[in-house]
Amino acid sequence: MSELKHTALGLSDEQVLDMYRYMLLARKIDERMWLLNRAGKIPFVISCQGQEGIQVGAAFALDREKDWLCPYYRDLGMVLVFGQSAKDQMLSAFAKKEDPNSGGRQMPGHYGDRRFRILTGSSPVTTQVLHAVGIAYAGKLEKKDHVVLTSCGEGSSNQGDWHEACNFAGVHNLPVIFMVENNKYAISVPLNKQVAGGDVSKRAQGYGFPGVKVDGNNPLEVYKAVKEAVERARRGEGPTLIEAVSYRLVPHSSDDDDRSYRAREEVEEAKKNDSLVIFRNYLMEAGILTEEKEQELNKQIAREVDEATDYAEKAPYPDPEETYKHVYA
Amino acid sequence: MPVISYIDAVTQALMEEMKRDPRVFVLGEDVGVRGGVFRATVGLIEEFGEDRVLDTPLTESAIAGVAIGAAAYGMRPVAEMQFADFIMPAVNQIVSEAAKIRYRSNGTWSCPLVIRAPYGGGVHGALYHSQSVEKIFTGVPGLKIVMPSTPYDVKGLLKSAIRDEDPVLFFEHKRCYRLIKGEVPVEDYTVPIGKAEVKREGTDVTVISYGLTLHFALQAAEQLAKEGISVHVLDLRTLIPLDKEAVLEAVAKTGKVLIVHEDNLTGGFGGEVAAVIAEEAFFELDAPIKRLCGPDVPAMPYSPPLEKEFMLNPEKIAKAIRELAEF
Repeated sequence: MSELKHTALGLSDEQVLDMYRYMLLARKIDERMWLLNRAGKIPFVISCQGQEGIQVGAAFALDREKDWLCPYYRDLGMVLVFGQSAKDQMLSAFAKKEDPNSGGRQMPGHYGDRRFRILTGSSPVTTQVLHAVGIAYAGKLEKKDHVVLTSCGEGSSNQGDWHEACNFAGVHNLPVIFMVENNKYAISVPLNKQVAGGDVSKRAQGYGFPGVKVDGNNPLEVYKAVKEAVERARRGEGPTLIEAVSYRLVPHSSDDDDRSYRAREEVEEAKKNDSLVIFRNYLMEAGILTEEKEQELNKQIAREVDEATDYAEKAPYPDPEETYKHVYA
Repeated sequence: MPVISYIDAVTQALMEEMKRDPRVFVLGEDVGVRGGVFRATVGLIEEFGEDRVLDTPLTESAIAGVAIGAAAYGMRPVAEMQFADFIMPAVNQIVSEAAKIRYRSNGTWSCPLVIRAPYGGGVHGALYHSQSVEKIFTGVPGLKIVMPSTPYDVKGLLKSAIRDEDPVLFFEHKRCYRLIKGEVPVEDYTVPIGKAEVKREGTDVTVISYGLTLHFALQAAEQLAKEGISVHVLDLRTLIPLDKEAVLEAVAKTGKVLIVHEDNLTGGFGGEVAAVIAEEAFFELDAPIKRLCGPDVPAMPYSPPLEKEFMLNPEKIAKAIRELAEF
């Protein structure tokens, strides 16, 4: 881990321990979903694994009482920090009536929660990036000072909507943070076949706002970059593009097999830089996390995930008649 | 009652709704200083300023996508597509997002958005300034689709669309903009979405139409009255939700039905109307249901004889009505 210290960023020991707890919770929920999928209990999983440092670092830098998220399907860590629970995730994974995102209508990972200002999302990638600009523009009209963070993968940053959104936000100087979670793969297609020049952050130059590239395996670096972007936005200085680089540690989804397009050695190598490993070591070295505290934390999270799983598995499905609810045309 | 043009009805509705509700704002290409290429938003920027009359970059997907975000947040955006032909880059935003936001969020989010778009031909607009695009959206549940024919309906329906809690596509026939004039009250009123209207009572043949061709049908009916054929004319006004009751009532009036639209025949909305009639009013029919539509060619050509060949007119409609009357 770099020389960056949490105290220099104004983060307390409790806050960084809390960050680690959210990262670990996201990882454990995700791992449980894979088990449930392989056991035939849930139809589908799409993973956050490898990107928890980005998601939690970013969400901690926002104001959880007034800022908005237009996330993408891997942002489990982000939505947990904003207020969703393990139970919410499992209700979605099991497609139960109580799923707060969609009442069991959408696949897992399609977040949307009015309680926490997380806008509902879809599967066609990058559409949410324009919605973020719309929410920022609405804030301008209403003279509010909220900031909108929207995220997507590096593959999605090639979509026309992404360009249209960056340009629009640049022209109107809107408080949007464009977060690109570069996990090196868009399903099977690697970065060098996705992004000309290999660097998403440099595109910001063309839009007239700052673009920064950070180590996504270091949540403190992500926190620092997003914090600065939030402050700029709040001062009325407009958008920021942040490219946070990490690695997707698992296949694209439960229906993918990544052995067909990347070597096991590459994946094993990436695991050494897993943000969870790196941040754990940092906290251990700083004396914030101890073996004893870690055991307690692991136990707590295991219990939380167990209880969430049990609850969701037993929870009722939506009634078939609900197919016809919320239909107006 | 003052007589105003179809496009003035658009402008008046926007002006009055923006005064009534500070959440209403318009966005699109050239809608600000220029007042729109057709001048539908003329005067708005002077009244409400450039934040609420927003000149966007030349990006249709962003016009729709930014409006969707603002609508979900709680604003009442009215987005203008400069020509309906140019709505294509925004189809993903409209179909995947606007149409599904309420449903996919189990009713926790909504998208109170209006997208206005001038459509239709007869203005020397060639392939890409003449298309009717309604059929692309009529089969997508989650979108209300309004296609008014008169200034009164334009104003009343646009107000209803802006006040609606869900996304409305508001298609304005651009040939009607200055051609069609009519009486419009000064005081506030609305026309409900989802209600068709009988524009002429008759007993021999029923014509079901909307937009510019509705006026052609009325002209044909006037001509045919002199020949002793009495034509009943129903203006759908809203395609989705379709006013089935009004369609079935209009069918029962005469037992002979001609469906007319400028959009091309195959896959056009007339097929849906015909199917509803066949399923629910088969025994009312005294003749096969007939459709008169734009031809199945890729789009409307530029050269005057070609454009004329593509366009419907009162004569073509009168001929089709005569054939039905004689059946």
